[in-house]
Amino acid sequence: MLLELKNIVKKYYIGTENELEILKNVSLSVRKGEFVAIVGPSGSGKSTFMNMIGALDKPTSGEYFLNGNPVHKMDDDELSEIRNREIGFVFQNFNLIPRSSALKNVALPMLYAGISKSKRMARAKDLLGLVGMGERAGHQPNELSGGQKQRVAIARALANDPAILLADEPTGALDSKTGDMIMELFLKINREEGKTIVLITHSEKLASQSGRVVAVSDGKITNQ
Amino acid sequence: MLLENLGLAIESLRANKMRSILTMLGIIIGIASVTAIISIGNALSSQVTSEMGSFGATNIYVMLQAKNPENETVYQMQDNDLLSEELITNFQQTFSDRVKGIALSQQGEGGTAKEGRKSSTVSVLGVNSQFGIVNNIKLVKGRFINEKDNAGRKNVGVVSEKLSSKLFGRSDPLGREAKVYTKQGVATYTVVGVYKSEESPSMLSTGSTESTAIYIPVSTANLAAGAQGYSNFTVMGLDGKVQQLKESMDSFFASSYKNDIWEANSMTMESQLKSMMNMLGSVSMAIGAIAGISLLVGGVGVMNIMMVSVTERTREIGARKALGAKKFHIRSQFVIEAMLLSLAGGLIGIVLGVIISSVASVLLGAKASLDLPVIAACVIFSMAIGVFFGYYPASKASSLDPIEALRYE
Ligand SMILES: Nc1ncnc2c1ncn2[C@@H]1O[C@H](COP(=O)(O)OP(=O)(O)OP(=O)(O)O)[C@@H](O)[C@H]1O
Ligand SMILES: [Mg+2]
Repeated sequence: MLLELKNIVKKYYIGTENELEILKNVSLSVRKGEFVAIVGPSGSGKSTFMNMIGALDKPTSGEYFLNGNPVHKMDDDELSEIRNREIGFVFQNFNLIPRSSALKNVALPMLYAGISKSKRMARAKDLLGLVGMGERAGHQPNELSGGQKQRVAIARALANDPAILLADEPTGALDSKTGDMIMELFLKINREEGKTIVLITHSEKLASQSGRVVAVSDGKITNQ
Repeated sequence: MLLENLGLAIESLRANKMRSILTMLGIIIGIASVTAIISIGNALSSQVTSEMGSFGATNIYVMLQAKNPENETVYQMQDNDLLSEELITNFQQTFSDRVKGIALSQQGEGGTAKEGRKSSTVSVLGVNSQFGIVNNIKLVKGRFINEKDNAGRKNVGVVSEKLSSKLFGRSDPLGREAKVYTKQGVATYTVVGVYKSEESPSMLSTGSTESTAIYIPVSTANLAAGAQGYSNFTVMGLDGKVQQLKESMDSFFASSYKNDIWEANSMTMESQLKSMMNMLGSVSMAIGAIAGISLLVGGVGVMNIMMVSVTERTREIGARKALGAKKFHIRSQFVIEAMLLSLAGGLIGIVLGVIISSVASVLLGAKASLDLPVIAACVIFSMAIGVFFGYYPASKASSLDPIEALRYE
C-alpha cells in the first residue's frame, strides 16, 4: 500500500465543552497509481482529511503510513521533509508565490530539497512544457489566467516527483470549460506518468472520471 | 539557498520601496552619526597629536587669563596687566637651572613685503633668541635672532624659505633688505637667516608660524608697538620633569603676579591634550547617545515592518511550508530580508556620515578621515541590527501552522 490511514480521529477544542470531532475513526488505503476522488457535502471534513493525507496536520489519534513512513510520529521539520519529497499539493486558489516567475515557482520545492540550480531550472522547464506552459515560464502569477495558474501549480506539485498528488477542489475557482481542461491534465498525468492522485471535488461529473470515489459525510467514510 | 534568499529579499524590498526607505530612516540616522563622530573624532585627535609634535611635549605655555572666564571678554587687558620685563627676568633667574629655554614673542605689525615688482603678505613676529629652540625652528641659511640683535634693537629679520624665494628668487637672500609696507609706513629688515617653512597652524600657537612670517628681535617689535610686557610665553622644560616644573611655576606666579582680574596660567601639552580629549569625549558621548537611540528606534522599526511583512505574507508562508520549507528555510528568508533592509540603511548612513564629516572637517579645519575597519564595523553592525531585530518576526513566521497560514484571509 502506498498510503495507509488507520482509525484516524481529529478533534478540535479538546477537553472543553465545545469539543468537536471532525474525523470520526476514518480508515483509508490507496494503492500506487490509483486516481481517487473524495466527495461529500460542505463541512463534512474532506479538507481536514486531505490535510491529514498531505502531512500538513497530525491526527488526534490513529496511524498514518505514507510509503512506509509513520507520519503520525513525525515532528514539524520531518513533516516538512515528507511533504517536500512525497506530496504534491494543488490548491483551489493556486497559492503561487507572488512576484516569482512561473519557472521559479515550479523550481521552489526542488530548492527546499537542496537540488542544484541548473538541475532545478532544467526540470522546471520540462515540467512547464508537460503542462503546456512552456511559453510562459518567465511570467509572474499576476500575469496569468486562473487556468494557467493552476497548470503552473500542477507542474510545481510534480517537481520532486512525489508519491502522490493531492488536489483540494482544483477546479473550484475555474469556469467549467477550464475546469475540464485541468481535469484532463490530471487524468493524463495519472495515465501517462502513473502518478497516484487524490482529488476533492463537488462535481459529480469530474468524480465519475476518476478510478474510485470515496464519499465523506459527517466525518465518516460512507462507501469504499 | 543564500543567493535565492537574497534575491527574494531584494524583490520584496523593491516591491515596497517607500516603506523600506522609511523603515531604514532610524538606521540611516544612527549609522550616519556614528560614522560622523568617529571620523571627526579621528580628525581632531590626529590634529591634537600633530600639535603635540609641533608644540613639543616638554613645553609649558604660560598665558594671562581672566580669573573668572566670563570676564575674558568684558575687560580689555591693559599695559600694566601684562607680564613685565622685570617679572620675566625674575622668572628666568629663579628657574635658570630647570628650563632649557624661554620663548618670548611680540606680534609686530604685518603688511606687504615688496621687492621690485614682487610682493607677498607677511606677518611679523618679534622673538627672543631662545624662541627658535623652544619652537623647534629649523634654519636653512644664516642664523636666528640672537641676544645682540635684541640688545641693540636691530632691524634684522629671519624670513621663511617661501618668502625668501618669493622676494629674492634664487639669489642669496642674506644681507638683502626685506621691506614691509604697513599702515604706519615702511619697516626695513636686513635678512640674517632663512628658516624652513612648515605649515602647522597651532592651537597653542605662541605667535605666527605661518610660512610667510618674518621673525625680528622682540625688543624691536616692543619698541614699535610701545609694548610694556607680554601676555604669554613658552617655557621649554627638562625631559621627565615637566609636571614638577609646572607646579613650581604655578606657585611662582601665584606669589609674584598680583592682579584683580587676570591670573597667569600654565598649561602643558599633556593637560591641554587631556582637556581636549575630555571635551571630545563628552561630545562623542552625546552624539553616541543620539546614535544609539536612533539605532534602537531603527531596529524596532525593522522589527515592526518585518511583523507587518510576515502578516501580509501569511498565505505565502503557508504555501512554502506545504511545499516542504522547514522552519530554517522560512526563518532565514525573513532574517536575510531584515538584514538586507538594515544593511541598506547602514550603507546609506555611511555615505551620509562621510558627507557630514567632510562638511565638518571644512568647518573645523581638520582633515576628517575614515578608515576601512570603521566602515567594515558599521556595515557589520547594521547587518547585526537587522539579524537581531529580524529574528523574532522571522521565528514567528517559521513557526506558523501551515493549515492556518493557508486559510488566512
Ligand atoms: N481549525 C479549526 N478549528 C475548529 N473547527 C474547524 C477547524 N478546521 C475545520 N473545522 C471544522 O471542521 C469541519 C470540516 O471542515 P472541512 O474544511 O474539512 O470541510 P470540507 O468538507 O472541506 O467542506 P467544503 O466542501 O466546504 O470545503 C467544519 O465544520 C469546520 O468548521
Ligand atoms: Mg474543503
